[in-house]
Amino acid sequence: MVKVMDIPEEEFIYPGTRACAGCSMALIYRIALKALGPNTIITVPASCLTVLHGMQGFCTTKVSVYHTPFATTGAAASGIVASLESKGLSDDINVVAFAGDGGTVDIGIQSLSGAVERGTNFIFACYDNEAYMNTGVQRSGSTPPGAFSTTTPEGKTGYKKNMAKIMEAHGIPYVATAISSYPLDLYEKFQRAKGITGSKYLHILAPCPPGWGYEPKNSIEIGRLAVQTGFWPLYEVIEGKFILSKDSRRFLDASKRKPIEEYCNSQKRFRKISKEEIENHKRYINDLWNEIGQRLEEI
Amino acid sequence: MSNASFQEKRILTTGNYACAEGAITAGCLYFAGYPITPSSEIAAYMSRRLPQVNGTFVQMEDELASITSCFGASYTGKKAMTATSGPGLSLMAESIGLGVMLEVPTVIVTIMRGGPSTGQPTNASQSDVYQTRYASHGDYEIIVLAPSSVQEMYDLTIRAFNLSEKYRIPVIVASDGIVGQMMEVINIHSNIELVERKKPQVPPEKYKPFEAFDDDLVPGMAIAGTNYSFYVTGLTHDIEGDPQMTPEAAEVLIKRLCEKIKKARPQINDWEEKHLEDADTVILAYGINARGVPEVVEQARQKGYKVGLVRLKSLWPFPDELMERIGQMGVSKVIVCEMNNGMIIREVQRFQHLFTVSGITIPTTIPFSPKFIYEKLIKEV
Repeated sequence: MVKVMDIPEEEFIYPGTRACAGCSMALIYRIALKALGPNTIITVPASCLTVLHGMQGFCTTKVSVYHTPFATTGAAASGIVASLESKGLSDDINVVAFAGDGGTVDIGIQSLSGAVERGTNFIFACYDNEAYMNTGVQRSGSTPPGAFSTTTPEGKTGYKKNMAKIMEAHGIPYVATAISSYPLDLYEKFQRAKGITGSKYLHILAPCPPGWGYEPKNSIEIGRLAVQTGFWPLYEVIEGKFILSKDSRRFLDASKRKPIEEYCNSQKRFRKISKEEIENHKRYINDLWNEIGQRLEEI
Repeated sequence: MSNASFQEKRILTTGNYACAEGAITAGCLYFAGYPITPSSEIAAYMSRRLPQVNGTFVQMEDELASITSCFGASYTGKKAMTATSGPGLSLMAESIGLGVMLEVPTVIVTIMRGGPSTGQPTNASQSDVYQTRYASHGDYEIIVLAPSSVQEMYDLTIRAFNLSEKYRIPVIVASDGIVGQMMEVINIHSNIELVERKKPQVPPEKYKPFEAFDDDLVPGMAIAGTNYSFYVTGLTHDIEGDPQMTPEAAEVLIKRLCEKIKKARPQINDWEEKHLEDADTVILAYGINARGVPEVVEQARQKGYKVGLVRLKSLWPFPDELMERIGQMGVSKVIVCEMNNGMIIREVQRFQHLFTVSGITIPTTIPFSPKFIYEKLIKEV
């Protein structure tokens, strides 16, 4: 069990990044790099993370970063890994692809799937702020139903892709979900992923103050609500074995979960959400946890 | 963004919104796009506006999907558009050739930003002029229009639909980050001529999808899903649409596809000209970078220099006939101003037997100021 005291003090991103106030991606990146350490090469597609890295005369990261076109994050990582393997360095250097939800579940899914299918020894981390925030909040395949974006002015219809499940179906040794609001859990998952050979996938929910419509000071609270309402269960699948993470365990009991309305009402993006859509969310959460319950029983 | 349609005669709006509204005016009923700065406002506007006219807006998973879904919509009879910027147009490259091959009317808007690669996403550029012409592999012709104002974002988007319907080809509207995002007052005209694609000229049993009966070399286009069934493919095909791997088939098809655009150059090409009648020096510019040139020309003429202006409103096919006319009119020098390392200038240099060519070609992200152009000009005249 990781404690706050276990987290290294060394920082791998400089202060003064271009991230927005209250950005949870910045927090995720900071914690992840602490877990990964200095021997890390990052690949990143077009995303908010490229903005965090800097746009005007400075770069805020201390590790090597390969900024690659939107559709190619997994492929770029494949090249780095192949080269490191031929030099016998792939166990010493972590190769980590860091992409947003668009760069993972939409345009990035092909090269991610390809890299993983080839068994590339790397970590793919999706920080999921549930829309194209960097280009001004357009919906993505990861936007939840009912959420406003500039291209879903009446709220998104349809579903949020369950990307962690899609990656699990690739049969990779490590899949996990995480969130910025539980940094110790996040840290531990990156550490675990680092120690496993093969393709590792982390899907990390990343609350976004301007995109979701809430005060920057509430990022941690909103993220906790996502977990406490059962909307975002934290878990790992290690070599096919399902493990519900500590911070999500008590929500296996439906009565412990906060109402989803509390989560939706905390964000302006859901201001037009219909009652029907709220019911869909409830059904979705219910189904999600029934499945989790079944998986835990199977073990 | 206003939900109201552009009923008023004069409105203040941005280039990207004017482009989207121009598309609606032209009869666009399908938009597929993928977010990219500085074009995303077109998609955002269409997501609100298209449902109001019973059209369909779809946000796709990437640019390959965006453009090919437009072809699908066009194949089944809808006017379709997508909008992007340089990196997105790069991803559409293969499909631009497909659109030429399938002869599906489609409008592609590219709001140029700094490149190569990610470049300067929030700044303007004219560095994709070759990309609009040569993005796809293979031998082909394409139509590219170049608006330099918010008004022209509206007008030329309508024109792009018309040309694309008339010649059955993807038409690219090549604008830039400034024109796309700046605001200007525009006039909305009431009488706009709209062109619809040529219908099949024979009954279904006699229909051959790529048989051109007319001098314009454009075949009549059926609508998939009606009693006309037809096969379209990116493979080299004959007039029946069936794949043909013979050298003759390649020659016949490619010649027709290129010739239908080349021979229509006088109808396609469009430009604004000033003071050509007595000019011995002409400044040639286009897009946002042409906005300062009229001021330069007026200042120079007040000082007694015989300077004229040509502003291209269409870039491709290149207006060879205009260059020949300028030469015949006695112009001795053409100065090309463009915000790239020199692209259109190379086309103008093909006419160096008629006049000398020099350029102010800088791969910058801000348009040249009148003062800057004037100082360069007086050193040359």
